[in-house]
Amino acid sequence: MHEFNEPLVTAWQLVAGADAHLAGIVFLSLSISLTATLIACVLGMPIGALLAVGRFPGRRVLIVLFNGLMGLPPVVVGLLVYLLLSRAGPLGQFGLLFSPTAMVIAQAVLVTPIVAALTRQVIADEWKEYREQLRSLGASRSRAAATLLWDGRFSLSTAALAGFGRAIAEVGAVMIVGGNIDGVTRVMTTTIALETSKGDLPLALALGAILIAVVLSINAAAYALRGWAERHWG
Amino acid sequence: MSAWLAVEGLGLTEGGTRIIDDVSLHLAAQRTVVLGPNGAGKSTLLRLIHGLLHPSVGELHWPQALTQAMVFQRPVMLRTTALANVIYGLKLKCYTATECDRRARQALARVGLEALAKRPARLLSGGEQQRVALARAWALEPELLILDEPTASLDPASSREVERIIGDIAAAGARILMTTHNLGQARRLAQEIVFIDSGRIAEQAPVAEFFHAPRTDAAKRFLEDETP
Repeated sequence: MHEFNEPLVTAWQLVAGADAHLAGIVFLSLSISLTATLIACVLGMPIGALLAVGRFPGRRVLIVLFNGLMGLPPVVVGLLVYLLLSRAGPLGQFGLLFSPTAMVIAQAVLVTPIVAALTRQVIADEWKEYREQLRSLGASRSRAAATLLWDGRFSLSTAALAGFGRAIAEVGAVMIVGGNIDGVTRVMTTTIALETSKGDLPLALALGAILIAVVLSINAAAYALRGWAERHWG
Repeated sequence: MSAWLAVEGLGLTEGGTRIIDDVSLHLAAQRTVVLGPNGAGKSTLLRLIHGLLHPSVGELHWPQALTQAMVFQRPVMLRTTALANVIYGLKLKCYTATECDRRARQALARVGLEALAKRPARLLSGGEQQRVALARAWALEPELLILDEPTASLDPASSREVERIIGDIAAAGARILMTTHNLGQARRLAQEIVFIDSGRIAEQAPVAEFFHAPRTDAAKRFLEDETP
């Protein structure tokens, strides 16, 4: 019992004492995953809306593709982005490998299909309801897609949230393209993996607790936002 | 009175079923109500005329192109204010922002909803939402207003208000083409009745003639069944 308690106590001291090292890791994690999610939303939401509303050859194939890519293994994404950014790769000249930027790119690649596929589902449901009215008013398909994206903004927070949840929790992609360099590219998940394998449980536990707290509180905030939106806009 | 729309041999087949079957029709009256049993193809005919559906065969001849607007059975409101819902339709017609706002407010006032302009549209009652939908259509100043059972899901008071507004829109000069299940409403609003049964035009007659002396058995049965 003693062996299990001691790391917990130390973990609590780290969190309660706002340990600078710990805070740096948490801050880096949040900024990388939030940036990646933002990029994924900017790219994925219009893609999802056009897949829902548009009519063009290859649409069905793209829908299946994006649905399939939702389950993309992070390590594979990490490997592909690694190859792209490595010195001999097509984007090697920018020297991005083992930097936070590389981690943002990898997570954005991972999360964009998730945001796009979930957005398509939300917008497709709305399109069923709005289709005739919007066409009657003379809205083009791209205009309709934009209208539905704005109209579904509260439902779409779920899509963004799912993307963020995936980004903040994954370890494989950021480990490969970031390299887990202390103070530079070490984020919550990679630290947990490293410290656990070294046997340093307090830091790992503290980060694990923070990770869960972050995910829970963001979910709670999104839930509250949707409830508010339901009451205010119907 | 010359026809504003001539329908020639219109047909729509979906999944092997003929929903609209060889419909030819001259519409000349300013206010026409399409009647018929459930599933007769009334809504489909309106959608074909409005251009939401494309016919399998046949043609629509418009002697002069008419600007159109359509109001549906269930009003579709965007998650924004009543005013912004009316403005949305206007913006798609390329009016300036100030012009949109002026026309939208005027339209809301005409349907008696200026006090609710800033309220979220989806939280209004069913009757109020339908009036917003009417304002959205009216603001476009259509030459032809098509209404698909606009009062079917409304209580009697809201129905009367919607009926009053349709009358006002007609009085302002728009042609009205609508369906309804309410025979009293059809009598009050229509000049001419088009009676449709199983996707075919069974009868087309001035309103008084249709209600007093329907010529077809299908229309007689329909009037007997629908009259309380």
